[in-house]
Amino acid sequence: MTIKTSNHAVSRRKALLGLGAGASALATTGLMPGTMGFAQAQSSSPIKIGFQKHATGIGAAYGRWYDATTTAAVQRINDSGGINGRPVEIVTEDDGTDPSRGAEALEKFEKQHSCDVAFGTLFSHVVIGSAPRAAELKLPYFVVSEGHHVASGMLNRYTLQPGITDVKSQVVSMAPFIAGNLGKKVTMIFPDFAFGHDHRDFFTQAIEAQGGEVVAKIAIPPTETSFTRYFPSIPRETEVIYHVMVGPAVLTFVKEMGEFFGPSRPEIFGFIDSLEAVGIDSPGLEFLEGTYFWEGMPRHVQGNQSDVEKTYRAAVGCDDRGASIDDPADVSTYAHMFGCWETLNVIKAGMEAADYQGPQDRTKLIEAVEAMTDMPESLDHPQGAKLFNGKTHQVFGQQFISKVVDGKLAVEHVTTIEEGLYEDEVDYTTQPF
Amino acid sequence: MEFGPHLMLASLEGAVIASILVLTAMGLSIVFGVMRVVNVAHGEFFMLGAVLAWYVSTALGGHPAIGFAVALIVAPLAVGLVAAVSDQLILKRINYDPDRTIVGTIGMLFIIQQTTLMTFGPEARPVEAPFNQRLALPWFEFSEGGLQMIWPWGLSITSYKLFVIFAALTVLVALWLFLTRTKIGLIMRATQQDSETAKAFGVPVGTVYSCVFGLGAALAALGAVLVVPIQQAHYLMGADPLLMAFTVVIIGGLGSLPGTVIAAFLIGMSDGIISVFFSPTLAQIIATFLVAMILVFRPQGLMGKAET
Repeated sequence: MTIKTSNHAVSRRKALLGLGAGASALATTGLMPGTMGFAQAQSSSPIKIGFQKHATGIGAAYGRWYDATTTAAVQRINDSGGINGRPVEIVTEDDGTDPSRGAEALEKFEKQHSCDVAFGTLFSHVVIGSAPRAAELKLPYFVVSEGHHVASGMLNRYTLQPGITDVKSQVVSMAPFIAGNLGKKVTMIFPDFAFGHDHRDFFTQAIEAQGGEVVAKIAIPPTETSFTRYFPSIPRETEVIYHVMVGPAVLTFVKEMGEFFGPSRPEIFGFIDSLEAVGIDSPGLEFLEGTYFWEGMPRHVQGNQSDVEKTYRAAVGCDDRGASIDDPADVSTYAHMFGCWETLNVIKAGMEAADYQGPQDRTKLIEAVEAMTDMPESLDHPQGAKLFNGKTHQVFGQQFISKVVDGKLAVEHVTTIEEGLYEDEVDYTTQPF
Repeated sequence: MEFGPHLMLASLEGAVIASILVLTAMGLSIVFGVMRVVNVAHGEFFMLGAVLAWYVSTALGGHPAIGFAVALIVAPLAVGLVAAVSDQLILKRINYDPDRTIVGTIGMLFIIQQTTLMTFGPEARPVEAPFNQRLALPWFEFSEGGLQMIWPWGLSITSYKLFVIFAALTVLVALWLFLTRTKIGLIMRATQQDSETAKAFGVPVGTVYSCVFGLGAALAALGAVLVVPIQQAHYLMGADPLLMAFTVVIIGGLGSLPGTVIAAFLIGMSDGIISVFFSPTLAQIIATFLVAMILVFRPQGLMGKAET
């Protein structure tokens, strides 16, 4: 399935006509959005970004919102003149949230659509399955995945994650809060694949560093639909439940957890992944009141909302509770999808720094991104300031801890970038292209 | 968790699984028994039931019980109708040839699944249970003071899950009465035993086939409507029930209804208990192993009659 989103496909003739008609007038107003800005480019053919979308399979809810965010980000980039004066075109391929289809999608981007770069994958097993193909095709591959596989050195020089922090960084900065405020004996419930294993491994280390311990690790297949059977393995001594779940049945997971504990629940700390695309006010979730969530970006509008957050929220079409403006029941994946927006802005900045003209400049683009460091909070980076590590191809940023208060996710604590830093495990810049 | 309460929780979970499974497997078994058709699309009829339940309950709004009650009637009827029509359109045209019906129903599987994907979408959508109270369950323990009643941590079930078990039993009894005490049931059984002779006695075999195919699909859909407040409707949800139903039907004996009930209970309970105590993967391994053993040592299944 191929969905082409061509926002401002402008023919050369049309652009020249526009130029001839009143170049000076348009240039002076500077307000004319979009198309006319592209005319000054050496080539007005669009820059094609292949979007590997989880349109079907277990990642479908994310795919839909990653798509909405991508469309909004590209719209903004094109309205302000595109990249190097050229419009951006998104070429979408469904990967079925499946590693082998992911690799095929990259192949199509390169051979069929002649894309300049590939972008947008979330699920870690799809990233791990696709990245080797990206290196073979010499196709820059910008993932929005959270997995630690980029920074761990497992992948390659063509794979970068400049728009979203990784699990290791997230859990390292969460552990002090959990050990300090909730309890030291933790039972972990996580999905049984790469992403969940990152949580398991790094959180176990991180909580031990805080003097706590993981008393049980419960792995659940991401395709599971029934969860009550897993909960009896939770030891009675558990002080904190640490849960992170993905897949179509996350609502069932959280609901059955509430039914299991009844009135005597331990402290609960969850990654919002367990409830992405699900309303926190869904029936059966009342027990979450007073529990804590990690959020990549606060879903509900906070009292100190910044102007860039406000603009970004409106651009992606979300209301104050992170649901679609058109349909309040359609809750977004707000804590993750900002990664698409920020990644596209990094691609733009990288291409401009490298004076990117076409596929022959791909290595220059990667080098330009590797050279990036500080990314201040701006409309390009609405989630907050970031620090990019060119050696590990991974970005670092702040994390949010929210408490459910009166059915609303209220930010209780914000970690600093420094709290999420860890030692480099790889230096991709030493690898040949 | 202590062993006793743990086992009780596992058994309750197993009973819920078994209740849904028995309805789904019954549908598959009836279709095979009467029509000799291996219906690979059975899981998709299950999924269709859940999806329709979502549409009905969303369209009606109001108290969740209203939507659920209507869905309980509308979804199986609609799915049964879809199945009966597809029987007329597809299976009849290929003369119920065993090989070609498998290919035909695989085609139906894809058509139903992809149509749902295109209309309903890829999201999992919840249907609210008509009632759902958490019932904490007590446990009895001998201690110094004699028999004591305690309330173990986590030992509970919801009123809705109890309802599912009860509803499945009711449907099962109704189905048995329908097959043994009504004229339509008699005609179905006659067709099952010998369709040629039945035809000679004036039984409209073609119509019976459509009705049976519709009934089988409706049973799957009914199971799905019951399960959807627990599990959520999703376009890929048909795969697991299909696999489980096949396991049950092979173990119980294709076409044997008592065998299907026994096997569904066996598989459902063992799935519940093994997956609580060990792992859900082990439960599936054991079920599959059981199928292999049955196929080797008793190919006709537990209750099936050997082919002569």
